[in-house]
Amino acid sequence: MQTTSDEVLIARIAKGDRLAMQVLYTRHHVRVFRFVLRLVRNEATAEDLISEVFLDVWRQAGKFEGRSAVSTWMLSIARFKALSALRRRQDEALDEEAAAGIEDHADDPEAALAKKDKGAVLRQCLAALSPEHREVIDLVYYHEKSVEEAAAIVGIPEATVKTRMFYARKKLAELLKDKGVDRGWP
Amino acid sequence: MNSDGHETSEIELLLPWHAAGTLSRRDAQRVEEALARDPELARRYALVREELGETIGLNESLGAPSAHAMEKLFSAIDAEPKRVAAPLNLGARLSLWIADLRPRTLALGGSIAVVAILLQAGVIVGLALNQGSYQTASAPAGAPGAGAFTFVRFAPQASVDDVNKFLQANKLSIVSGPAPGGLYKVKVADSALPKAELDGLVNRLHQDKIVAFIVSAQ
Repeated sequence: MQTTSDEVLIARIAKGDRLAMQVLYTRHHVRVFRFVLRLVRNEATAEDLISEVFLDVWRQAGKFEGRSAVSTWMLSIARFKALSALRRRQDEALDEEAAAGIEDHADDPEAALAKKDKGAVLRQCLAALSPEHREVIDLVYYHEKSVEEAAAIVGIPEATVKTRMFYARKKLAELLKDKGVDRGWP
Repeated sequence: MNSDGHETSEIELLLPWHAAGTLSRRDAQRVEEALARDPELARRYALVREELGETIGLNESLGAPSAHAMEKLFSAIDAEPKRVAAPLNLGARLSLWIADLRPRTLALGGSIAVVAILLQAGVIVGLALNQGSYQTASAPAGAPGAGAFTFVRFAPQASVDDVNKFLQANKLSIVSGPAPGGLYKVKVADSALPKAELDGLVNRLHQDKIVAFIVSAQ
């Protein structure tokens, strides 16, 4: 069965097609929500923000020029909204504490290792990365964004995306090592 | 260089995108070749795949927004001022136009195209038949006189030598041409032929690969 492309939906939304908006929302809202939630770390805030993101899509559909994929465009809007919300809360420092808090409240890493659940420790460490590093890892691994698309979303050069990803992974390896998981790299 | 002496190469930087399947075919090929010849890089690639799997797992565990988010969105949309149909950019207009084409529309378009091609062929033949003053230095138009004729367009890749051999083998001669559209008037017999016989001859000549188009001119 052929599905309507995102670009066609956007063109219909630009003409005021509410149904096209519902289809686009259904198709993308979970991923956009998760992207935002990983940045703001608060479900209520993330829910509010995705409503704002899709409202922006509704308002700006006529200006979409198709230079990037629709999902890339929406993640760019979502990122801007999330960072604005973080600035409003003025709690980016608190965010780092929250990250540490997640470590404190999560399963004890030694216990997890005892259960040979290296995956659980890896997830803990992924959650403990800085927002900047979490963002690039999520964009590349979960949102399947190319170098070019990730660069467009974050607003940095492609070369910087590559090195940021490398250092995010390096930091992840260091966090793992601190928890007793030495993967032999870097 | 890293502590183990393994250089952080451009290829190593691309490993996460290779694992996610978002590299261009060319870059993916480069990475595959490097992985095949470098066991240390292959070991690091296994770590990348491990991270990829856990990142997906972590994100999938985050759940989804409640229905309230959608209700809030559409309430806000309904509260928006009525949209004035703004002119869409070219890409959006093209997307809509292609999406609006239905199979029946496409079939109709195809039929129209076929009719147009046939009409075009007819017009070309008509032009050739009535070309009157059009002639080239290489092929002066002679008096048609008696005989049986066809209009032929040769395949673009056919050489002059190919055409000469074809004409000799089939005892044909070019009377005039080329007319607009690359058509030559070709004499196929010294006297008029019955329609069925001429049609058979046209069909036989059309089997030759150097003939791109042929039609009887009687």
